[in-house]
Amino acid sequence: MPADNLSLAFAALADPTRRAILARLANGECTVGELAKPFAMSGPAVTKHLKVLERAGLVARGRDAQRRPCRLQATPIKKVAEWAEDYRQFWDASYERLDAYLNHLMSEEQDDDAK
Amino acid sequence: MTPSEAPAAMRKQTIYSTPSDREVLITRTFDAPRSLVWAVFTDPKHLPNWHTGPEGTTMPVCEIDLRPGGSWRYVWRNARGREFVATGTYREVDPPKRLVNVMSRNGEEQTNTTTFTEENGRTIVTVSMLFASKASRDQGLPYAKVGTESNYARLDAYLASKS
Repeated sequence: MPADNLSLAFAALADPTRRAILARLANGECTVGELAKPFAMSGPAVTKHLKVLERAGLVARGRDAQRRPCRLQATPIKKVAEWAEDYRQFWDASYERLDAYLNHLMSEEQDDDAK
Repeated sequence: MTPSEAPAAMRKQTIYSTPSDREVLITRTFDAPRSLVWAVFTDPKHLPNWHTGPEGTTMPVCEIDLRPGGSWRYVWRNARGREFVATGTYREVDPPKRLVNVMSRNGEEQTNTTTFTEENGRTIVTVSMLFASKASRDQGLPYAKVGTESNYARLDAYLASKS
């Protein structure tokens, strides 16, 4: 996937409502009306979020003219995870080690103070 | 609440975000005062003790000339003996609050900005990496490569032990 699309996916995923919509769609396809219900949102408001998700390639709409069911497209999510994973492998491990190292330094300091 | 009383649910989380196409922002809170966190991020006697990514990687070289215009050089060595070099120049050194350095790689510049904010005895650290292009960011050099390569090295060792 080109980097441009990756940016679209990141931007789309930055919004909690859109993430909730994706979580709902992970359970199966549904219509705009069905999506709007649990979010206490109007149909047009949901449609606006869906457009962002569609542009990012995260959601596809069915052909059925009446229902136009929404369906999750998981590939961009996988790409986002893979991309970020490269950074996590370094920083998560380093920062966990740093937590322990800071504790160690602070307890040494306390020991020095106690002397 | 002292750190030891913190429930497991409050385990430290590192937050990764992308404020722009060319940037990665890594945010993390540490249960230590800012002066100490600044020291472990800037002192060559501390960095090799933690700034090494996945298990099995070491940091045999950590040279730091901590002043604007001063240079730094890190070398990591993974379990397979492969080395990764990162080098750059400090642009801003404002202890214990802010550190900016610039790396040059294949004719492209990467600007790293680290900020330290103290809040109730804890320190929030943000590391921003601003790349010259989206493509460079997505490659994640050099940190991402140290990480993935080290994990591959571990996988190699594991596979070797099984065969």
